[in-house]
Amino acid sequence: MRDVLQAGLSPTRLEITDESALHAGHSAMGHKASGEDVESHFRVVIEAAAFAGLRPLARHRMVNALLKSALETDIHALSLKLLAPGES
Amino acid sequence: MLTEGPVWPLTWNLPMSETLDADVHAFIDKAVKDNPVVLFMKGVPDQPACGFSAVTVQILDQIGVDFAAVNILQSDALRQGIKAYSDWPTIPQLYVKGEFIGGCDIIREMYQSGELKSLFAEQGLLPA
Repeated sequence: MRDVLQAGLSPTRLEITDESALHAGHSAMGHKASGEDVESHFRVVIEAAAFAGLRPLARHRMVNALLKSALETDIHALSLKLLAPGES
Repeated sequence: MLTEGPVWPLTWNLPMSETLDADVHAFIDKAVKDNPVVLFMKGVPDQPACGFSAVTVQILDQIGVDFAAVNILQSDALRQGIKAYSDWPTIPQLYVKGEFIGGCDIIREMYQSGELKSLFAEQGLLPA
């Protein structure tokens, strides 16, 4: 995930936190058939010049597009904070 | 002072027979066009099955807007269908006047900036 985001956005700040442990147990919801609880929750903070002038929905769509395949398989939940340089 | 009635009187259920993509698409389309504010979520508003859905419900409740809720856990076809409908990979998803607004992060950002309340007010969805 880090490599894809690095290559796609050339971010000036990139923080990825794996919060799966906080959600153990509940994330099996809706996936009981698989009998597993392996999906992961990530919190990601990205600061990139590419986000400047874009509304939140457009920023999120850029990241979603980059992570498309991972979102379909490995990532259960993703919390994004997407900033342009100078924003907080 | 009397307590207000339930904020979410509406729960939409997908008929079990409707599992074709076209049926699911039509169901979603009708839900977002017939209701000014629709939240597709995991679980139901008074018992969300996921933290992100819970946060979104809390925000809508805090603002005091009426909304219809669709529990996407009722059907795998619906769960996949809503992702295709909006081209958005995660749940919850909020729609206002037929337009996709965003998921939990965006709703939270818009709530904190006051933008979400303004949006509802502009659309005439908040009590005067």
